[in-house]
Formats: sequence, structure tokens, C-alpha cells
Amino acid sequence: MANNTLTPTRADGVRTNALRSGTLPGYAKWACLAGSLAASALVFAVAGWNWPLFGVLGALLYLGSWTIVNAAVRGGRHGSNVFWATLVWIAFFLALVPLVSIIWTVLSNGTRGILEFGFFGSDMAGVTGVQDQAAAAGESGVLGGIKHALIGSLLITLVATLISVPIGLLTSIWLVEYARGGLLARVITFLVDVMTGIPSIVAGLFAAGVLMAHFEFVGGGYSGGNQIMGFTAAVALSVLMIPVVVRSTEEMLRVVPNELREASYALGVRKWRTILRVVIPTAISGIASGVTLAIARVAGETAPILLTAGMAVTTNWNVFKGWMMTLPVFIYQQLMRPTAPSAPDPSTQRAWGAALVLIIIVMLLNLIARFIAAAFAPKQPGR
Amino acid sequence: MAQTTTPPPSLLGAGDARGRFGDSFFRVLTLAAGVLIFVILALVSLYLILESLPAIGASPEELSAGVPFWQYVLPLALGTLMASAIAILLSTPVSIAVALFISHYAPARVSKTVGYVIDILAAIPSVVFGAWGMTTLGPALVPVYEWLSRASAGVPGLSLVFGTPSTTGRTLLTAGIVLAIMILPIITSQCREIFIQTPRLHEEAALALGSTKWDMIKATVFPFARNGIVSAVMLGLGRALGETMAVTLVLAPGALTANLIGVGNKTIPAEIALNYPEAFGLRQSELIAAGLILFVITLAVNMVARWIVSRYAEFSGAN
Repeated sequence: MANNTLTPTRADGVRTNALRSGTLPGYAKWACLAGSLAASALVFAVAGWNWPLFGVLGALLYLGSWTIVNAAVRGGRHGSNVFWATLVWIAFFLALVPLVSIIWTVLSNGTRGILEFGFFGSDMAGVTGVQDQAAAAGESGVLGGIKHALIGSLLITLVATLISVPIGLLTSIWLVEYARGGLLARVITFLVDVMTGIPSIVAGLFAAGVLMAHFEFVGGGYSGGNQIMGFTAAVALSVLMIPVVVRSTEEMLRVVPNELREASYALGVRKWRTILRVVIPTAISGIASGVTLAIARVAGETAPILLTAGMAVTTNWNVFKGWMMTLPVFIYQQLMRPTAPSAPDPSTQRAWGAALVLIIIVMLLNLIARFIAAAFAPKQPGR
Repeated sequence: MAQTTTPPPSLLGAGDARGRFGDSFFRVLTLAAGVLIFVILALVSLYLILESLPAIGASPEELSAGVPFWQYVLPLALGTLMASAIAILLSTPVSIAVALFISHYAPARVSKTVGYVIDILAAIPSVVFGAWGMTTLGPALVPVYEWLSRASAGVPGLSLVFGTPSTTGRTLLTAGIVLAIMILPIITSQCREIFIQTPRLHEEAALALGSTKWDMIKATVFPFARNGIVSAVMLGLGRALGETMAVTLVLAPGALTANLIGVGNKTIPAEIALNYPEAFGLRQSELIAAGLILFVITLAVNMVARWIVSRYAEFSGAN
């Protein structure tokens, strides 16, 4: 390129480092960016303001101009380098847009919902279209709350955890400590992978169907022969949760150093006691954090619960009998089937309030998982 | 995995019956848990097949749609595939770029935070994505769809895809965009894991030969990560195919159409979620059969992903 004309010469006649010839000054990038944004702003000041289009045009102008400047001054190779680097940055900001938009939507719509009196303390019993129409007309506050959904979510997730953690934990112990890469181990590892890919709605179909078949063959039992209950939902969630628990626990058990096991064997300790007293305590922080993440994942599941636990309007403490509401299904129901179809606003407000609560719960679980993993991690073995 | 060693029997003493019982008991217990997973999966498949048979074999008049089962399920399957294809096409380039941003472009101090931010996106429940797509994204896209429809009018092919726009924005393209956002963190985190494992020496060798950063990435990172990217995309595809709630909330269901921005199209999971709670008898069997088709499709996608990974594993620089 035109190196000679660009070789910078200071005012006092001393030539600067020849190695820096053909480079651009540090401010060139920012000047280019500012120029692009200004040009874009000018266009939309004339054509009518539009934030998204302003951003798109500004980004495209910057991408084009900064690439051309680099290609002209430093050569085509640098031009394409800068082009892709800019695209990567743009992609990053593009990925942030929906995240910011979702969090903003939930926060701005949800705060009004959760601040409503009795939002946490009441369920939807007695809240009908009449009440909602009155609320929409401004004659009363928005009645009803998420008490039943909170309790349902809590109970169903708890039962699902009680089912899947022992199964998942024991399976991963077998895979890591007993199976030495045999055929059965490979088959089970493969099946766990397959299970990870089961669509959540299929898990719901399965749980509903199995318990329905159970009642057909074994008879009514405690729930009166109706498979729609909290326990069915917990079974469906377990199908989704077990592979996650197996995967994370397996990973954690595999990083427990073998020296620890061998030291234990050398002291004459039985294998099962070694596993329970040495291996698991060493890996417990990772296991606990994996389990917490699995809980966070299933706590937000909607589809399987919709098929298995139905939709209730009142609080139900009994997992083995009667329909149950959970937070995600509550959101779905309030949005898709507003309590008062002609005045959906109170329902929408409740839905966003519930969405805010759900997001806070899931985020808290994620934070707890990170905290457990960081705080109770075993000291690095001195290898 | 490193081999564990069992304690030599001579050290254990002869009268240690309780300990020996504990050992075999624990071994059988853990094995039983593993076998239980096998049983659960066998039950899932068996149940889905058995319950589907009545619908698959039924005559058209008995079914809810009044057409043979395959004619009922084919539009659903095509709708599912179309939504997932849109999601993959939109999400893959952005995900790879964001993963590159985290692994190679972002300043070291920022990249960890960016990783957390992407993880937050992964933690948002799907029903919230659906609610957002239904109430915020859909209406916001209506003017875009109107413009797309005007701009592509008369252009052969394009005018078919961008036909009469919907007035609510609750279309297949919106559903595809929401799915793309949902699978972005999955593909990104998988790609990031692989990108940061690129051998440092390869990268430095490329830079020492005078490569620009992009040349270096093309020469070292992408060849190293190729099969990892494919498996990450397949994972994302599996998730998009089975995603229910986001599509159920976003898409206003209708007949199969190539028009992505108009009223129409259904997906299998959304069809099940919308109709199963009220279904009984043969209708229930119909929906379960649709679920079986979905299960088979996702299974096939996951297996192909695994096969691709195992095929390339020998050539990758990882070993």
C-alpha cells in the first residue's frame, strides 16, 4: 500500500519508528464509530426517529467504513480481519438485545403484579370474570394471587428431586466406580444421552400414560383412579431431571483423584465405605451444585405439568390427590385463557407478576449452585 | 478414566461377612439404579408405541381431522421442522460469533462476565420466553413483516415465503426467532468450551507466520472445532424441535403454509399442549402418536450428532 506517503514524520523532522508505518492511530476506530452513528442519526432525524433502525444502520455504516479504511491503509488482509472482528462484536451486542428486552419486559410488567395486595397470600379461589372486569374498570384492585402455584411448584419439584437424586446419584456411582467401560456401562451412558434429548412434552405424555395404565390395571387407589395429580407431574419432571443429575454427578466423581481411593483401600476400608466416606464427600460440592442446577431447570418446565397436574385455582397440599397448579402453568393459563376473556388486563398483570417471581426463583437457584460450587469446593489435591 | 484398584482379598480377613455384604449390596443397588433408567426408557418407547397404534390404524372418519393419520401428522411435523430450521439458521452464526467473542475477542476481564450473562439467558424458563414473544416481540415485528411483504411482492419465491402479513405478529417466523434466542446459549456455551481448547501452540504458530487474528482463527480454531460446532448445533436443534411452551404461546396455530409471516402452521409439541388436556379416547391416541413421531425425530437428530462426533473424533487435534 501507499506506505511512503503515510510514513509519519514529526514536526521537528525526526522520522518515527518505521515499524509503525501503515498503521492507524488509536483514535481512528472511535472516530469512525462516532461518524457512523452521527450519519445514522442524521438520516433518521430527517426520516423520523426509530431506535432499532438507528442501531442497525449505525452498525452497518461502522462495519463498512472501518473495513474500507483498514483495507485502504493497511491492506486487504487487515481489512478482512477488521471486518470479521467487527461482526463478532456486533453479534455480541445483538445477542444482548433480547436478554435486555426480556428482563426489562418482565421487570416493568411484573413489579405492578407482585406489589398488588395479597399476591403471595391468596390463590385464585373466588376470582372470576366478574371480579376481573371490576378490576379492569378500576373499581377494585386486581384480586387473586399465586399462593396455590407457589405451593404446587414447591411440592412437585421437591417430589421430583426426591425421586431423581437417588436414582441419578446411584447410577453415576455405578458408572464411575463399578462399571469399567463394559458393554452395559456403554449402553447406560448412551441411554442417558438419549434421555437428555427427550422432549419435555413427551415426558409429560409418558408420565400421564403410565399412571393412567397403572390405575386401569391395579385399580383406583388413593387418588380415586385419576392420574391427574402432583405426583404424576413429579414423575414427568424426574424423567427430565435424572439424566442431568447423572451427567453432572458422573463428571464430578471422575475428577476425584484416584490416590484418595487407593489410600482408603490401603487402610483396609471396604469399597462401599470408601465410596460413601471418601469419594462422595470429596465431590459433594460439585454434586450439590449440579443437583441445584437440575432443580432450576425443571422448576421452569411447563408442558409436562400441563399434561399431568392440570390447572387448579385453589391451594392443594396433597401431591397424591387432585389437580395442582404450578408457577409456569399459571403464567400460561393467565395469558392463554384470561379469567375474564373480555378484560384480559388483570390476568396479564398476574401472569407477569408470576413470571417475575419464577425468574427470581430460578436465578436464585443458579446463584446458590454457583455459591455451593465455589464455597465448598475441595482443596486442590497437591499433585 | 484411571483404573481403580480393588483391595487385595488377603488383607480383608476371613470373618468380614458384614463388610462383604455391604459391598455386594451397594454394588447391586447402584446397578439397579442404572438398570432402572433402561427400564424407564423402554417403558417410554413401549407406552408411546402401544398407545399410538389405535390412531395409526384408525380409519379417516374416526379421527378428529377426518383425514388419515399421516395426513394429519405430516403438516405438524413439517411445521416443527420449519420452526427449528429457522431457529438453527438464525442462531448458528450469532452463537459461533458470540462464542468467538468470549474465547478470542473480548478483553480477558470482560469475557468471564459475558459468559455469565449468556448463562442467564439459558436460565430463563421457556414460558417466559413464550410470554415475551407473544406480547413484546410479536407486535414489534408487525411493521417489519409488513415491510417484508411489500418488498418481496412480485419476487418469485420470496413472495411465497413473505406473503400476507399477520396483524398480531404471532407467526412461524416469530416462533423461530424466539427459538433461536432460546438455543443461542446452548450452542454458544458448547462452542466456547471447544474454542478455548484450541492448542495454544497452533495459534501462536499461525500468528508467528504473520497471520492476522482472523487468519489465525480460520487456520487453527475452526478446523480444530469443526465437529464440536456440528454437535453443538445438533444439540440446539434437538432442543428447538422439542420446545413446547414458547411455540404454544407465540404461534397462533393454523393450516400448513409456506408463508412464514402470515397466519398458519402448527408444531407437534404445541398441538399436544393445546389439545391433550381436553382429549380422550382416540383423540388422545392421535396426540400420543404425534408425540411418538416427535420422539423419533429428536432421537434421530441426537444420534446423527453423536455419529458425526465419533466420525471426526479420530482426525481432530484433540487427541
